[in-house]
Amino acid sequence: MEKFEIIQSGAVPLPIENIDTDQIIPARFLKSTSREGFGENLFRDWRYDNSGNPKADFALNNPRYSGQILVAGKNFGCGSSREHAAWAIYDAGFRVVISSYFADIFRGNALNNGLLPLQVSDQMLQRLFEQIEKDPQTELVVNLPEQEFYVPAWDERVTFDIDLYKKECLINGYDDIDFLVSQKEAIEAYESTRPWAY
Amino acid sequence: MKQTLFDKIWDAHVVRSIPGGLDVFYIDRHLIHEVTSPQAFDEIEARNLPLFRKDKIVATADHNVPTKNQHLPIQEPLSRLQVDKLTENCNKYGVELFGLGHQNQGIVHVIGPELGITQPGMTIVCGDSHTSTHGAFGAIAFGIGTSQVAQVMASQCLLLSKPKKMRITIDGPLHKGVSAKDLILYVISKLGTGGATGYFVEYAGSAIRSLSMEGRMTVCNMSIEMGARGGMIAPDETTFDYVKGREHAPKGEQWEQALAYWKTLYTEEGATFDKEYFFDASDITPMITFGTNPGMGIPISSSIPVNVPTGEAASFDKSLQYMGFAPGESLIGKEINYVFIGSCTNSRIEDLRIVADFVKGRQKASHVEAIIVPGSKHVEQQAIAEGLDKLLAEAGFELREPGCSACLAMNEDKIPAGAYCVSTSNRNFEGRQGPGSRTLLASPLVAAITAVEGKIVDITQYLN
Ligand code: SF4
Repeated sequence: MEKFEIIQSGAVPLPIENIDTDQIIPARFLKSTSREGFGENLFRDWRYDNSGNPKADFALNNPRYSGQILVAGKNFGCGSSREHAAWAIYDAGFRVVISSYFADIFRGNALNNGLLPLQVSDQMLQRLFEQIEKDPQTELVVNLPEQEFYVPAWDERVTFDIDLYKKECLINGYDDIDFLVSQKEAIEAYESTRPWAY
Repeated sequence: MKQTLFDKIWDAHVVRSIPGGLDVFYIDRHLIHEVTSPQAFDEIEARNLPLFRKDKIVATADHNVPTKNQHLPIQEPLSRLQVDKLTENCNKYGVELFGLGHQNQGIVHVIGPELGITQPGMTIVCGDSHTSTHGAFGAIAFGIGTSQVAQVMASQCLLLSKPKKMRITIDGPLHKGVSAKDLILYVISKLGTGGATGYFVEYAGSAIRSLSMEGRMTVCNMSIEMGARGGMIAPDETTFDYVKGREHAPKGEQWEQALAYWKTLYTEEGATFDKEYFFDASDITPMITFGTNPGMGIPISSSIPVNVPTGEAASFDKSLQYMGFAPGESLIGKEINYVFIGSCTNSRIEDLRIVADFVKGRQKASHVEAIIVPGSKHVEQQAIAEGLDKLLAEAGFELREPGCSACLAMNEDKIPAGAYCVSTSNRNFEGRQGPGSRTLLASPLVAAITAVEGKIVDITQYLN
């Protein structure tokens, strides 16, 4: 996993609520047996029409917007547990998703892949949408070690929460497997306490 | 302190807690399938790790498989590759596989319970969000991402923070024609798609107790549709009767031991939840969805809402536009061209019986294509043994071979763009059943009646 520290970039707005992982990456594109290449089909059915031409009114196709930060409506990533959704977003060049609410499985999947799910209040999300609408070039600075993001246009710093262990993992590029494998003895000791049925 | 059912099982599976609030959490059963496992096997291989407990893993091929001619090689090359890859990985690592053609093959959440792999008190995971189904047995069961699939393969554990607890109590008798599916669609319509995010739900109350195991599975299955990590129901005699004698269930001395433990698995009087909801079963009527998330459900006889909470209007309009419906409109009389009966929500033998019982002596409308995809080989065999296949065929319904099928349309079973499908599955997301498809979620009975009528009707006329 790539290390994550500070991201300074423009943002792409998707002011739609309840974006489910079927929209992020439709099931028919889940047939690959590797992790790469899903970015191509990110938001496939919103991004392209039936003949595969980009839809001009979709934010990802709009040259006004660019950057490594996706700003999306409440309850982002609900539905299917497919980790391919996090892979697709990462593969398309994003490192941060900002929303006022994340579905649990998506949040975990994102963190396991170096993609930061950054939760803000509903009001803050609204302000961000308005700001980006007003000035598509708006830059945001996401500082993970300090757990804050900075909006230069407002000269305002906003703190955010993240699990400390997950924060360390992101900053150092570690993942849970390394840690869990190191727990082998404790796990075996635990197993010996459950002798029957299971 | 008084404990909930969830606390008891959670606490029994904590290997150790680490500073910062995460638990090293032990997993008793790991179910895998062809779509979310290949990258996990690659991860294990890349790190040169063995499978920590291969005998706790069970594999099946379901998401991508054709539902016709399963004895022939899979036509679609990418699907074939995924299924072959699963076989190759299972052979290489010594994992038990119920592949295509195997008598135990089927949708992962249907076969776990029917083989007795799913048992009370267990922790069960699978790289699929509807793993919550298994909670019907009084297990902690939830969906995980592929990275976590690899973690469980490598250590039989996950690093988790304990979710918050919610209890949803539904008391009273259910009306005639109101099924477990209507019950859960009703609850989701009340809580919304994000209403239980961050929570693990326990369902309680006399309406839940009165459900069969299959009904309870339907309820727990859809917990994820309101954002919950999982749903569960305390085990009782209904549960024990169901598990007893199944292939993987404990036998003899072990059964007695297990039973004694399982009887301790309930929420103690006075235990507290972070959130509680109460519903009256008599308020529930047959349901259907009109929008593009499972929270957008209404009683079939009522109309699409006109007023939506502020801030949600744009998403609501977008959804109705996709569906081709208008606020305030009734769905009664809408012509339907496709009916899909299947998925891990409603593809078990009781579902097929309900459908067969209704269509006996009737005919589907000529403009409707109605397919029934059993949840497993065993369900299919049972349907044939009971003669349901003949009843269905006579009524013009097509009984297919088991798999996820049009629930997510990864195989060739797709609903065409713009067409309406009344489906017993669990998700009505845009394009879920094929690009541009429009899904209306409902119970097997509503689906069967729709197929016969060729349009949405108020089903109460059939109930007496
Ligand atoms: S039937 Fe549908 S919801 Fe169930 S496991 Fe298969 S794809 Fe997932």
